[in-house]
Amino acid sequence: MKDIKKVLVLGSGALKIGEAGEFDYSGSQALKALKEEGITTILINPNIATVQTSDNIADDVYFLPVTPYFVEEVIKKEKPDGILVAFGGQTALNCAVQLYRNNIFEKYNVRVLGTPVQSIIDTEDRDIFIDKLNEIDVKTARSRAVTTMDDAIAAGLEIGFPLIIRAAFALGGLGSGFADNEDELRALAERAFATSSQILVEESLKGWKEVEYEVVRDCYDNCITVCNMENFDPIGIHTGESIVVAPSQTLSNREYHKLRQIGIKTIRHLGIVGECNIQYALDPVSEDYRVIEVNARLSRSSALASKATGYPLAFVAAKLALGYGLFEVKNSVTQTTSALFEPALDYVVVKLPRWDLGKFDGVTRQIGSSMKSVGEVMAIGRSFEEAIQKGLRMLDTGRRGFVANRPEAPVTNAEVDKLLSDPNEERIFAINQAFELGYTVQQIHDLTKIDLWFLQRLSTIFEMGQRLLPLGDGTLADKALLAEAKKLGFSDMQLAAKFYGENDLRNSELRVRTLRKSLGILPVIKQIDTLAAEFPAKTNYLYLTYHGTENDLEPETEKAVAVLGSGVYRIGSSVEFDWCGVNAVQTAAAEGYKTIVINYNPETVSTDYDVSDRLYFEELSFERVMDILDFEQPGGVILSTGGQIPNNLAMRLHQENVPVLGTSPERIDEAENRHKFSSIMDELGVSQPRWSELSTLEGVFEFVGKVGFPVLIRPSYVLSGAAMNVVSNNEELENFLRVAKEVSTEYPVVVSEFIEEAKEIELDAVADHGEIVSYAISEHVEFAGVHSGDATMYYPPQKVYVETVRRLKAIAEKIAKRYEISGPFNIQFLGKNNDLKVIECNIRASRSFPFVSKVSGNNLITKATKVLLGVPVERDASELVYDAKFVGVKASQFSFTRLAGADPVLTVDMSSTGEVGCLGDTAAEALLKSMLSVGYRIPQKSVLISGGPIASKVTLLPVAKLLAERGFTLYATAGTHKFLADMGLASTLLHWPDSQEQPNVLDYLRNKEIEMVINIPKNLTKGELDNDYKIRRTAVDFSIPLLTNARLASAFITAFCELEMSDLKIKSWNEYKGQ
Amino acid sequence: MENTKLVKLVLADGTEIEGKSFGAYTASAGEVVFSTAMTGYPENLTDPSFRGQILVLTYPMVGNYGVPMEQIEQDISSALESSQVHISGLVVSYYSEEYNHWNASQSLSEWLAAHDIPGIYDVDTRFLTKKLREEGAMLGKIVTPDHDIPLHDPNEDNLVAQVSVDGVKRYGSGKHKIVLVDCGVKNNIIRCLLERDVELTRVPWDYDFNQLDYDGLFLSNGPGDPTTCEKTIGHLRTALAGDKPIFGICLGIQLMGLACGGRTYKLKYGHRSHNQPVRQLGTNKCYVTSQNHGFAVDMQNLPAEWEGLFENLNDGTCEGIRHKTKPFFAVQFHPEAAGGPVDTEYLFDDFLASVEKYKAEQPAV
Repeated sequence: MKDIKKVLVLGSGALKIGEAGEFDYSGSQALKALKEEGITTILINPNIATVQTSDNIADDVYFLPVTPYFVEEVIKKEKPDGILVAFGGQTALNCAVQLYRNNIFEKYNVRVLGTPVQSIIDTEDRDIFIDKLNEIDVKTARSRAVTTMDDAIAAGLEIGFPLIIRAAFALGGLGSGFADNEDELRALAERAFATSSQILVEESLKGWKEVEYEVVRDCYDNCITVCNMENFDPIGIHTGESIVVAPSQTLSNREYHKLRQIGIKTIRHLGIVGECNIQYALDPVSEDYRVIEVNARLSRSSALASKATGYPLAFVAAKLALGYGLFEVKNSVTQTTSALFEPALDYVVVKLPRWDLGKFDGVTRQIGSSMKSVGEVMAIGRSFEEAIQKGLRMLDTGRRGFVANRPEAPVTNAEVDKLLSDPNEERIFAINQAFELGYTVQQIHDLTKIDLWFLQRLSTIFEMGQRLLPLGDGTLADKALLAEAKKLGFSDMQLAAKFYGENDLRNSELRVRTLRKSLGILPVIKQIDTLAAEFPAKTNYLYLTYHGTENDLEPETEKAVAVLGSGVYRIGSSVEFDWCGVNAVQTAAAEGYKTIVINYNPETVSTDYDVSDRLYFEELSFERVMDILDFEQPGGVILSTGGQIPNNLAMRLHQENVPVLGTSPERIDEAENRHKFSSIMDELGVSQPRWSELSTLEGVFEFVGKVGFPVLIRPSYVLSGAAMNVVSNNEELENFLRVAKEVSTEYPVVVSEFIEEAKEIELDAVADHGEIVSYAISEHVEFAGVHSGDATMYYPPQKVYVETVRRLKAIAEKIAKRYEISGPFNIQFLGKNNDLKVIECNIRASRSFPFVSKVSGNNLITKATKVLLGVPVERDASELVYDAKFVGVKASQFSFTRLAGADPVLTVDMSSTGEVGCLGDTAAEALLKSMLSVGYRIPQKSVLISGGPIASKVTLLPVAKLLAERGFTLYATAGTHKFLADMGLASTLLHWPDSQEQPNVLDYLRNKEIEMVINIPKNLTKGELDNDYKIRRTAVDFSIPLLTNARLASAFITAFCELEMSDLKIKSWNEYKGQ
Repeated sequence: MENTKLVKLVLADGTEIEGKSFGAYTASAGEVVFSTAMTGYPENLTDPSFRGQILVLTYPMVGNYGVPMEQIEQDISSALESSQVHISGLVVSYYSEEYNHWNASQSLSEWLAAHDIPGIYDVDTRFLTKKLREEGAMLGKIVTPDHDIPLHDPNEDNLVAQVSVDGVKRYGSGKHKIVLVDCGVKNNIIRCLLERDVELTRVPWDYDFNQLDYDGLFLSNGPGDPTTCEKTIGHLRTALAGDKPIFGICLGIQLMGLACGGRTYKLKYGHRSHNQPVRQLGTNKCYVTSQNHGFAVDMQNLPAEWEGLFENLNDGTCEGIRHKTKPFFAVQFHPEAAGGPVDTEYLFDDFLASVEKYKAEQPAV
């Protein structure tokens, strides 16, 4: 397609449950593939923390919502020849379908490259999809698409229970579930109808195997499958929630190739060009099957398959979209063979999902057909046992593997039965508990339907655990046993716990390590080469295993630096640290270093083998990092760009004489340790909110008596729900401490003074030997009390006194000097009336580094990396506060819709799953763009205000007036209604959910008579919580935009009342930079 | 696994690799080759083309789904590719003693033991594969501490004679009379032909099929060096002088190549996998194929009336030849798969179509 000169690529927007970092990887690959062809690339993606929105990836970027309106505006302006819609997840796909239906592509003469939109529609609409597959005699689950409740019930009765109910056109199985009877069907259908006008009622295939294939097809009709994957969990659990193994382990050749052939036949019939994913249910006792779905786009699974095989699916799909044949594209690993082949693996890959359900109050822990996990890990080994134990550690939930974990309270058979039969995030550990209780693999299979082969493998691990007996003072003589345990994935820590008990584990871990090395039991390094060693590989995509005797390569001999990645994505740490890591690697490479990356997250760009000279797809544990560093002996190791996981290793690596670059790990420790940090702040004369660590209830009340309410309280052990919260009176305090399981010396609580109506200001900076060389200050829209990861942020700050900035800089300089910081750091401040208090200091890159770097045009990671490498960095006059020509606003993306039951409220604990950053000529413009980017819609007629405490009612009053002036109908709950009336503003009273009176707020929400909900939580007393919770949860369940912070609500309302859509300028990043 | 009987894999270059025993606890010698197929060990191990070879599987976990139950009908197993395990030994990294599959009858180890074939596991198969890739397929043996044997080159044997059928056999009653020259045919070739309305006559490798009345001739796969099959080549020359359709697979292409006046040669380490990409020459049509061969036809030295049909996308070797005017063609890969991808099964249809065409062109009797 020689006429294609300019291509628009749609990104996926903010990271959310069901759509995460994998699309940064896919999009980056696609952009790389286009660039290679000399094509001009334009990207629309408001996700400013991604690698794909960095300089030099696309030719230009629009930080705008991926919605039909904005995409059309960009098309109108840029006049691209072609558009790629398959690299930005469901968000991009849904947007493309709407544009297609509105004939926008035709109107502007834009060619959709790759899979035609009609084929996408054919896969998305269940009825069409089933008809299409029937045409070629491919079996699908019996299913009926319905649009009314009556039809749903009729269809359900016709097909027969159990059924699965799902919403059409939804990402990650949103709004779906199993129904065993008519009542459950009714409840599920109601919820599904809230997100989609069409829902599907289908036969349930519970207990069948779930298998998927990645299929690639070129415009010459050549078709290959790149990888098949088998779910450890049988069907019924969303593949994003399942443990997944690649390649399949329990399928015979006949089954493997039967499904492969059906996949190819289906994809040909659907006319897909590029890449897609096909999912099957396979009967465990015959060769019967059903096709579950086809995703006609790059997906989470395709990113995983790319990493699992080394076959760059997104890159190849982009080339095929341009009209290349598979045989014309090179295998980028061997450089000599073509992309038309199917990778042969000589290892096994296990993917495990990471949940963060503990962060949410009220959420159910069950997992099922809709996605709740926020991240995933991929472990590579040469046995399933080795890989799964690695993977369980990679999740970073404190587990050491499948066995030898911290002892937990004993469970009963009944409890285990429930954990096994009712899938939940902890089920894999329940399998171990079952083994401990003497269950057989058959019994566990009967309860879980997990294939016996997988259970046998877990049983092998369990049995090895039983053979590892306490050593007391003796030393281990059985070398063979130790070697076998390592082959089954046991870490030194697990062995230490088995041999020496729970005390002083770090020392006993070192003891095991020393013993193991003295016995010559070392892992070997193997390459992933796509062809199982049949051809030599040109890339160094590596993993470690104990199943082997020979390393595939020699240590790097040139000057090298190792960069540790961020590990698993979870709430609080995601794509932003990948951006930091990738930038550190690129800077080091530009400075002439060979680069080594260690990371294990398949959703990242840093784990693309093209990014570094050597990629170790491995654990970020002390043991594994030391194994790699012992072998490679790089000149330096960078820990400060990967967030908290690598940062936590600083001290231990330092003690092993690893050359940790930048700030001394001893200083880092003085910042991480709350007590040390506090006394240093005192020493520097820097003020902090008063706090205390308390181990008795009396102590808590005494401290609160001293500092007064409200206080911020952080128990170290909680049963469920928020790990920390703000409480404002004795009743709330008691309420909250009741949730905390215990308060003791072992589990103390930290109580801090909470300053109300204080601004939160952040400093992101780079220092060199204690001197700040570059920095950026940003300001939160919300007052302190909203976690900085959830807060909406202005850069440059909009409403901060000059005097405050001056004082802030002085404090930062003192801290940088005292800690002798070399490299990146971040300080969070509370500001009230020019009085500044430091909340925390992180001597590493922070979450906001990509945002401030991109908006300011001053890449703090590049600077920091140079400092780390000892390259001279000139102190810049980086603060652009007064020179800035535009404003950036970072807004957070919440995924509450997916977390059934979770209370959608902003608190001191983080709950957002992603973020965007948009630019505007004014703060209001940037704010509006970013709010639209995270899914808010501008209401046209009606708003509900439930204003909470008096202070927030007062905050909301001006915007309530504004809304009334614009002709909005204001609905209000009792207190707010009265307050507004007192202020002379009319509103319609809606009664609280717990009252039986009409009109009731819940009815209005369910009937969608309210377009936006402002609900400010009042306090933590039980009744208030329940009432507020019901309003918030109903809003979320019925997809009504919800705001729970008065300051953000005011800013948003002011912005949309001030600005028309046409005021939101369609300006590219280059245009902002050039102005 | 509690099985700790140690055995050794010894290579011709002196390399000794210790591992653990499964299958038969005995010694065995052969040519060490590797296969990168990730599934299909029951099919592979019963494929007569593997005769005399010690097979290294690069996929690390083997035995997971046991060995399938089979029904035998007219000597043809429903699940396996022949009635024997043809390899001389099996080398894997991780052997899964426990297995699970609805159709499994026994473990891989039990099955190997029943056929007196030794297996060795806990071996760095990637190291071994790289060695074979760099130095080429080499002779080797699996030995036990108390049972050693000399190395043996199976390519010096007439392997085809060992695996071919004893006498003429007939299957099916379809409308096309096909003669199958059995040089070690895989059952799935027979199944594929029988699905296509044929009456099949299976003859031994050295049988003079020219005396039979047939509509089409099929040349099967088989083990070893094609030049050892002089008798087959001789009979084939006669057939090539005629006009009846001929289709060959694997060893079949090599025999056809030699009979028509071309040459064959030994590949350094052969193609044994389920992911070999081939391109139909002069088209943009490519296929992923199943392969198992150590020798190949020299595409550069075909007689003038012959041409290449397919080539290997990875290394450019010959994957198919055809006569420019007569209905003779052959492929190096396995359209019948079992195991591996079934993308090229349409070639059987092409063959039968050429038979139909040939018959239609004959004057009515």
